[in-house]
Amino acid sequence: MAALIAQSPILIIAIPLAAAFLTLPIGMASKKARNALVIVSLTFVVFLVFALARDISINGIHVYTLGATSPDLTIPKGFMVPVRIILEVDGMSMLMAIIWSIVSLAAAIYSLSHIANETGQNRFYTLLLLMVTGGFGMMFTGDLFNLFVFLEIASISGAALIAFRTRFADTQEGGFKYIVVSAIASLMVLFAIGLLYSQYNLLNIGALAQVIQYTTLDKIALALLLIAFTMKAGMVPLHLWFPDAYSVAPASITGMLVITSHACMYAAFRVCFTLYGGMLDAPVVGWILIVFGILSMFVGVTMAIFQKDVMRFMSYHAISQLGYMWIGVGVGLAVLGNADLVATYGRDAISGGVFHILNHAMYKPLLFFTGGALFHCTGTRDLTKMGGLAHKLKWTTVLYIIGTLSISGIPPLNGFSSKILIYESVYQFHPILTITGIIVSILTLASFTKAFHSAFMGAELPEYKKVKEVPRSMIIAMVILAAGIVFITLFPSLIVNWTIHPAADALIDQGPYINAVTGAIP
Amino acid sequence: MEHIPLNFPFLAAALLVGISFYIIIFKKNLIKLIMGIAMMASGVNLFLVALGYRAGGNAPIYTDVPEGPMVLPVPQALTLTSIVINVAVLALMLTIVIHIYRHTGSLDSEKSRKMKG
Repeated sequence: MAALIAQSPILIIAIPLAAAFLTLPIGMASKKARNALVIVSLTFVVFLVFALARDISINGIHVYTLGATSPDLTIPKGFMVPVRIILEVDGMSMLMAIIWSIVSLAAAIYSLSHIANETGQNRFYTLLLLMVTGGFGMMFTGDLFNLFVFLEIASISGAALIAFRTRFADTQEGGFKYIVVSAIASLMVLFAIGLLYSQYNLLNIGALAQVIQYTTLDKIALALLLIAFTMKAGMVPLHLWFPDAYSVAPASITGMLVITSHACMYAAFRVCFTLYGGMLDAPVVGWILIVFGILSMFVGVTMAIFQKDVMRFMSYHAISQLGYMWIGVGVGLAVLGNADLVATYGRDAISGGVFHILNHAMYKPLLFFTGGALFHCTGTRDLTKMGGLAHKLKWTTVLYIIGTLSISGIPPLNGFSSKILIYESVYQFHPILTITGIIVSILTLASFTKAFHSAFMGAELPEYKKVKEVPRSMIIAMVILAAGIVFITLFPSLIVNWTIHPAADALIDQGPYINAVTGAIP
Repeated sequence: MEHIPLNFPFLAAALLVGISFYIIIFKKNLIKLIMGIAMMASGVNLFLVALGYRAGGNAPIYTDVPEGPMVLPVPQALTLTSIVINVAVLALMLTIVIHIYRHTGSLDSEKSRKMKG
């Protein structure tokens, strides 16, 4: 078991990668064997992630050096700097990995019946598992160039999955927009990596953080990295591609794409907090995140009110919810240099933002899955053409209600516990942030109620007389996420102590992350 | 290399990236947009390769190395990886454009655009 945990960072990345290329030969022989392979490999990854999470909560940061004789040998003999590829897992990457493993398992289960009538299913699962690999790689890597490589793996497979149903014209348009945005963003990341390498001859995040000077070139690199990652995460001035791409993908993939947005957000946090850390001009960058975060919240929710397409409507809400995380963590970043303010409210603000990532990763895929269930039953995404579906879709209705209450922050659901943490801490920084947050929350509830009314309420429509409840695997996937919501609702303090505070502390203090690589005495 | 100023490759890389940004933002044809992205990738790759040049160092590709120091081949390795990745991205983009053309019969990004708002 100890050996398994020591090797688990690379296994978590390698197992989906190996399974991805096994799906094609196995799928040609038997469909059931292929489905079993996908589910079993992802379940095993969930198990490994939780085992690793337990180990990290006891022993601290976990380092894995590829190609070394022992995993913790970060600097080879005869070298002053780390030259090997290093995977580094701390509290923040662990939280993201927990989210990603659960959502990807739910998405795979959901896909079993959601794409049952499509052609080329073997390739669908290959791409899905590649996307899982890319996501885990982004979360675990301690190396800037590997971040770029895994970002590209996740983007290419994501774009191919968006455009997977080639018979619709809009999927092709959405997929094209996604791949163009991803290509530009990742080239900007690569350019920034070149700028950093030209000055310090290093690629490892921990080793770079030790020597970084914050020169003019470093500022340009920071700007390029932040623009690229916020563009891929869908922050407001750069969000125009977001609803187009997310609303046309198969619903299971949309749920996963939301988490890749979170992974890009994680990369932005990693760059701000760990790479630049103490050298950063923290108030300026913090305020930039806060201002654009508020814009995201407001623009997202106001655009959502007018949408008739159910998936598009939820995509705009995703933009708006991402804004809460930007302001929570942005406030923490703005006060980073001041230890007193960090202790009074900075740590709580970061915890709130990070907690909201966890909660959003549970209810937003759930809502997208219910949207996909509506599409599955009615064949349309237009809310005005639906009605009275609560009579037939009992499970979907209940799960939609859970998701709606959670996203609107109704007490005591989990959305409320993270929002109240953000509201209370951010209020001490600037009251207007809390007021905007509450208004956006009310607008969210209003628009979700409207959508609920037009899709589920009212008399049974004649054209939907023959509609049946969605297949069992889709319900199981939705129930997994709803169970996550209920668990966080019941034990918020347990979750905060076990995962959220370690994640927030990992962001605030860059020291352990650097020491784990360079081996200095803490 | 004596006759070329040392920062000449960096200027060329900046020029390539600048032109490609102009193409990506202002051109309506989807194929031209893809060419713009390919140009941007070339610009970034040129930048990386230019970083790897050290005056007086040996390129790390010989089996029979002459006397003197050898450069660390990291930028070259980065460039190779990035070229391979960009081939995949461009191939996927062209595939999707073929499908867009089948559906809409046009390569104009204004005409083939269905989703608004």
